[in-house]
Amino acid sequence: MTGFLIRRLFGIAVTLLVVCAVTFCIFYLLPNDPAVQFCGKDCPPDRVAEVRQQMGLNAPLIVQFGRYVLAIFAGRTMGSGSYAVQCHFPCFGYSFQSGRPVWDLMMDRLPTSASLAIGAAVIWLLLGLAAGVLSALRKNTWIDRTVMVATIGVAALPVYFTAMILLYVVVVVLGLMPYPRYVAFTDDPFGWVQNLLLPWTTLALTFAAIYARMTRSSVIETLAEPYVRTARAKGLRERRVVGRHGLRPALTPIATMLGMDLGGLLAGALITESLFGLPGVGKLFADSLAKSDQPVVMGITLLASFFIITSNLVVDLVYAWIDPRARVS
Amino acid sequence: MTLLEVNDLAVEFTTAEGIVQAVKGIDFAVARGQTLGIVGESGSGKSVTSLAVMGLHRGAKVTGSVRFEGTELIGAPDETVRRLRGRRMAMVFQDALTALHPYFTIGDQIAEAHREHHGSSRKESWARAVEVLGDVGIPEPARRAGEYPHQFSGGMRQRAMIALALSCEPDLIIADEPTTALDVTVQAQVLDLLMRLKDERGLGIIVITHDLGVIARVADEVLVMYGGAAVEQAGAERLFTAPRHPYTRGLLESLPRLDAADGEPLHAIPGNPPSLLAPPAGCVFHPRCPVYAAADTGQRELCTAARPPLRLLADGHRNACVRSEETT
Repeated sequence: MTGFLIRRLFGIAVTLLVVCAVTFCIFYLLPNDPAVQFCGKDCPPDRVAEVRQQMGLNAPLIVQFGRYVLAIFAGRTMGSGSYAVQCHFPCFGYSFQSGRPVWDLMMDRLPTSASLAIGAAVIWLLLGLAAGVLSALRKNTWIDRTVMVATIGVAALPVYFTAMILLYVVVVVLGLMPYPRYVAFTDDPFGWVQNLLLPWTTLALTFAAIYARMTRSSVIETLAEPYVRTARAKGLRERRVVGRHGLRPALTPIATMLGMDLGGLLAGALITESLFGLPGVGKLFADSLAKSDQPVVMGITLLASFFIITSNLVVDLVYAWIDPRARVS
Repeated sequence: MTLLEVNDLAVEFTTAEGIVQAVKGIDFAVARGQTLGIVGESGSGKSVTSLAVMGLHRGAKVTGSVRFEGTELIGAPDETVRRLRGRRMAMVFQDALTALHPYFTIGDQIAEAHREHHGSSRKESWARAVEVLGDVGIPEPARRAGEYPHQFSGGMRQRAMIALALSCEPDLIIADEPTTALDVTVQAQVLDLLMRLKDERGLGIIVITHDLGVIARVADEVLVMYGGAAVEQAGAERLFTAPRHPYTRGLLESLPRLDAADGEPLHAIPGNPPSLLAPPAGCVFHPRCPVYAAADTGQRELCTAARPPLRLLADGHRNACVRSEETT
């Protein structure tokens, strides 16, 4: 088990390094000059050259990349002379726009994105699993057909459409709640839930539809397994046959999917956050991309890869915990 | 009282292509201490028959009569049949790797059945699991009970499957291809184990197989099935020495023989098993039957007019072929 973990962690490190290198190259090859970005619009050419020198942009690509990676672990002194600033661990550089450390920017935004992702996941899991299991157990009845038709419809709705409709109906027409704005959980738990309810629902609906369909087919498949028949042949009650012998294996692939989806969403749900004006990592990414704020975009790309890769590992560990065959002896 | 009596059993499935008559008109009985072998090729309806006895068909129409110690099971409340399943009649499935649950330990799976039927505690049921694992010849049962099916070898898994069936001390065991997935040596061990348990505990056993070698080794009475129908039934020795039905003869002749002359081709029954969606009229075997092929038009009508039932002959032999008297 320890060997397995070490191998996996090493794999994660290598993957992250590759992601980092690829992202770095893309930005290096982009036509816009970070020095101009940093210096400003009406910067004289000699000043741009000076900034380029200070930012270390004249060094070869590999040296720049080395400095970037090293800084993440060891911090780095950026600029030189009177412009020198100490960028502390973990250093992802400074935003061109705000001048704040990228790490701080991301960490400020993370709770919002995490609140959105986790809350939405709870909703889509409850909805998706319930609908999927119900459909599977009532296979080919009108209940099943209704649920399946509904999931196709919901899955086809684009997020921005759902968001607009929800906002219009719930906020504008019915006036059930004020326009959502982000309230930290620690400040006001009730306000947190109330304000996130619409974004959660928006994000959760599409996922719920997909999860319902996945769950249905997975449960139907599992209930046809010989070991479920064995459970019946033992004379177990139907509830136990389905609950203990059928559902557990059926939900294993759902756990995999959840890990991947949640990992991806932790680093920001771009469209949902933008639509509801939530100050999350996704919104930060969209804004930074529009302004070519390279250090922020790089930082968020790495953060997102980190979450996805890590959640992959977590999924594998959970898998080994659920399915004894997956345990490495 | 006979342990199990099956009369005129029929199972129908509704599929997208139409109604499939998987088995029809099956009769047999099993007494304590007796082994009935049901033999037939894939699709002959032997597994469908066994699942019908256990009440394990879901979404299929099962008609006829299955009496367990006089209690009618067809049409009985689900709960009645459930209480018998595992407790009084148990099943050993073909492939123990897929038939045992991959997520639970062997001991857990056996103990679970015991708890269900005897209301025993976790500790008692676990002790029982270890005990039956020992009974079926698994070394170090206390340790192995804590292992998962994938950690067992094929033969050991099949023994565990038998242990599971035995855990509640049933009166009837239905073994569906219990040794098909196993090496010959392990196969012999598993069959000997079943026979020993039958003698020691007076169990009634139904062994379902396509393997005539297995039948010859264990069965007292043999039922031959073809295309969802019973074609011949007799004591094992009689069946092997004096088969009456052309299908049974074809099966026996198809066995490769070491004493055959060099270059003599292997015998095979020509053609393929019938479609159960649109079975042939009359005797299901007639399109492949050598007796039918050799007959003239007038005699052929006998074969195609109606499905022939098993008829009892004077010596306790039952045969469904309407023409076999002429060919014996």
